[in-house]
Amino acid sequence: MAGARAVEEILERGGRDQYTITMFGEEPYGNYNRIMLSNVLSGAEDEDGIFLNSLPWYATNGIDLRAGVRVERIDRFAKVVLDSDGNELRYDKLVIATGSRPFIPPIDNMHHPRRGYHQGVFTFRTIDDTRGMIRYARDHERAVVIGGGLLGLEAARGLQRHGVEVTLVHAAGHLMNAQLDAQGGAILKASVERLGITVELAARTVAVEGTDRVRGVRFADGRVIGCDMVVVAAGIRPNTTLAEVSGLTVERGIVVDDQLRCLDEPDIYAVGECVQHRGETYGLVAPLWEQARVLADHVTGRDPHAAYHGSRTATKLKVAGVDVAAMGITTPAPGDEFVVFAEPSRGVYKSVIIRGDRLVGATLLGDVAKVGYLMQAFDQGLPLPQERVRLLFDLGGPSAEVSAAELAPEAQVCNCNGVSKATLVKTVETTKTLSGVMERTRAGKGCGSCKALVKQIVDWAAGGAAEEDPSANWYVPGVPLSKPDLIAAIRERDLRSVSAVFDALAGGEEDAKSKMGLVSLLRMLWGDDYVDERGARFINDRVHANIQRDGTFSVVPQMKGGVTTPEQLRRIADVADKYAVPMVKLTGGQRIDLLGIRKEDLPKVWADLDMPSGYAYGKSMRTVKTCVGSDYCRFGVGDSTALGIAIETRFQGLESPGKMKLAVTGCPRNCAEAYVKDLGVVAIDGGRWEIYVGGAAGAHIRKGDLLATVDTPDEVMRLTGRFLQYYREHANWLERTYAFVPRLGIERLRALIVEDCDGIGAGLDERMEAAVAAYRDPWKEGQDPTVPGQFRTALPLVPLPRVPVR
Amino acid sequence: MHRLGPVTDIPVGEGRAYAVGGEQVAVFRLRGGAVRAVSAICPHAGGPIADGLIDAKVVICPLHQHVYDLATGCSSTGQPPLRVYEARVDDDGTLLLTT
Repeated sequence: MAGARAVEEILERGGRDQYTITMFGEEPYGNYNRIMLSNVLSGAEDEDGIFLNSLPWYATNGIDLRAGVRVERIDRFAKVVLDSDGNELRYDKLVIATGSRPFIPPIDNMHHPRRGYHQGVFTFRTIDDTRGMIRYARDHERAVVIGGGLLGLEAARGLQRHGVEVTLVHAAGHLMNAQLDAQGGAILKASVERLGITVELAARTVAVEGTDRVRGVRFADGRVIGCDMVVVAAGIRPNTTLAEVSGLTVERGIVVDDQLRCLDEPDIYAVGECVQHRGETYGLVAPLWEQARVLADHVTGRDPHAAYHGSRTATKLKVAGVDVAAMGITTPAPGDEFVVFAEPSRGVYKSVIIRGDRLVGATLLGDVAKVGYLMQAFDQGLPLPQERVRLLFDLGGPSAEVSAAELAPEAQVCNCNGVSKATLVKTVETTKTLSGVMERTRAGKGCGSCKALVKQIVDWAAGGAAEEDPSANWYVPGVPLSKPDLIAAIRERDLRSVSAVFDALAGGEEDAKSKMGLVSLLRMLWGDDYVDERGARFINDRVHANIQRDGTFSVVPQMKGGVTTPEQLRRIADVADKYAVPMVKLTGGQRIDLLGIRKEDLPKVWADLDMPSGYAYGKSMRTVKTCVGSDYCRFGVGDSTALGIAIETRFQGLESPGKMKLAVTGCPRNCAEAYVKDLGVVAIDGGRWEIYVGGAAGAHIRKGDLLATVDTPDEVMRLTGRFLQYYREHANWLERTYAFVPRLGIERLRALIVEDCDGIGAGLDERMEAAVAAYRDPWKEGQDPTVPGQFRTALPLVPLPRVPVR
Repeated sequence: MHRLGPVTDIPVGEGRAYAVGGEQVAVFRLRGGAVRAVSAICPHAGGPIADGLIDAKVVICPLHQHVYDLATGCSSTGQPPLRVYEARVDDDGTLLLTT
């Protein structure tokens, strides 16, 4: 499977033009999905259904398939392989994917020295094994399956379907001991026994009884269990024979480096279950897919730096009719949090192991509804809910944590764009990447709060075959670089405009979707030396106002800290009258919004207002909300108004990867809602100030993390500048602080920003100072448009949906 | 054939809206100098297409980010197509449009 997958990946990268491909396979078939053999055994699936690539597929793709031919030896020096037909074949690059073979524990009388395996003894690895077992089970009555792991359980259940009475014999103290803890194993045992399978634990089989035919198995304690067939499913071992005889380095498996190259062999690769990478061997399918991709990237030269770093394995499967999911470690170490729920009568068991607030292990049995969320949390190290019970159960209404599988097809997943689960599932038939599905359906493109659920559904609908999205870690979709790499390339090649970036780094291919993110990045990096191209800006940033549903704009003048004067209010009122502004409204950020302004009126409106922009449009620092503070409030312990105005004055208009909404509140009563801001400052008794970061109260709700408690407003200003600059430099495009802060972890941020552990503080301060100094009020542009027709109407002229005048 | 005025009325990389023979047309000037013209109103919710971001191939409506091919008018985000007009620049730099 891994070999064929590697070849598919190579073909996908245009490998056919680079290589003539020959594949050797010991079995006389094309390749098939071994995982499905248990379904063939149980009769749930036909043999035909499990073939991955039919024989014509090899022909169509120009692959010379040598089915039924075994490679005997590799001559690494002559670069040839010698096969069982006595032929030699030269290679430039060789990929070994010999997989694994069944592990056979030492058991007497299983092998006859001359006749091979006893005729009633089977392993469970190939189609031929499966056919043999089915044939034999038909006219025999009692089977013993040796091995209480995944494969043994599947074999037991499959055989039972053929009317055989099955005893499952396991040497360890509980079933599936590699994946489950003892309690989970005990509950699984009860579930399996309910199916009518007898289970013998801690039973080491030492001999097969019977001479002409199998009559039973004998345990180390002398007991004998009668039976007439034996299936050995005691695990697998990497199949390394070929590698060994050919002189490659083999420990438990064939030793490979991060490019899947065999040790000291530039032209020999190995992939799949036969491989040992960084001391690990893998028997699950997901890691093999990852290996195949890296190998193909490397062999074809598509990405010479592609590297495999090992996999965190998580499994979810149905074993013998019981849902099982397991990931990470099975037993807690001292100091770990261990949360367990057991309901033996229903066969349900759930446990999670948490270390340092990260999920390091989980076991689910009988009820795997939470597996999607847990796998994500395990894989990506997501922050965990304070109430740990939420890891095991859904409490309350559906949330992003509801498992994709249990959601009804008609359930609306994206509440912004009205996309149902069924629509997503249907789209997965045409595109298997998350971004592809999102692009086609618009799901997750609104507020973004359903993105995690959309991802789960895509993964689920693709049956684990969701394709990795190469652009997932690019800063913008049209330039194939992550943010750090992109910044480095821009600096190194002195790229000062959006078109220069496309020319130098994207092969001259412009991408409309990438422009806004690039403008933001370039303005941050170059300040005044950025070469402005108006067409690269989003309309809001071209005309410094926020476009509305009818194509008019909203105008929000700056009102620092939410403090205004009668004089300002009179001017705003006059403007509203003069331009017949249809709606005047207070914003959530304590300002006054004039809605329904026509584009062509914007310069005149700004001139008449004679107030600076309040930035209620761009991806930039928006506003600093404040409460009344100590001057008037009888509870206030700090002058939040003055500090809020100072912060807004200093950081006004700074562009950033996402909006930055701030607040300063004068006491922990939190009237200015500082706990749920990108950066919120709270005055506490004793003249001190707490700084919270990463809060949100929009589509996502999150209380900020405490970054620091400081003594003076000056320190608040300094740390605020540092945090905002660090966020500007390191966050992904459109990544708000509520995602950025948990991604890095508050401890790390505190170390970097407050304690300055890496010595980057002075640099951050300096770059922030330069950005602040470069500030200019964009509304001044009204008097002197930068491009022809900057404020010409684009709104023509046919009646559009009208926003009602109130 | 309609003469819409000097092509320099449209900054490179941007679009402007014109009313041509009773129709609303958004004309874009691409980086390479070519011009493209499509109907000016997004069929999805009436968005002003001329205010959209463009590249050599597509325009994105500024309201809900629906994407349209500038050459064919077809939407890649599931909306009805925009109408496409033939536009060119003559030797004097005048923008010409056929409705």
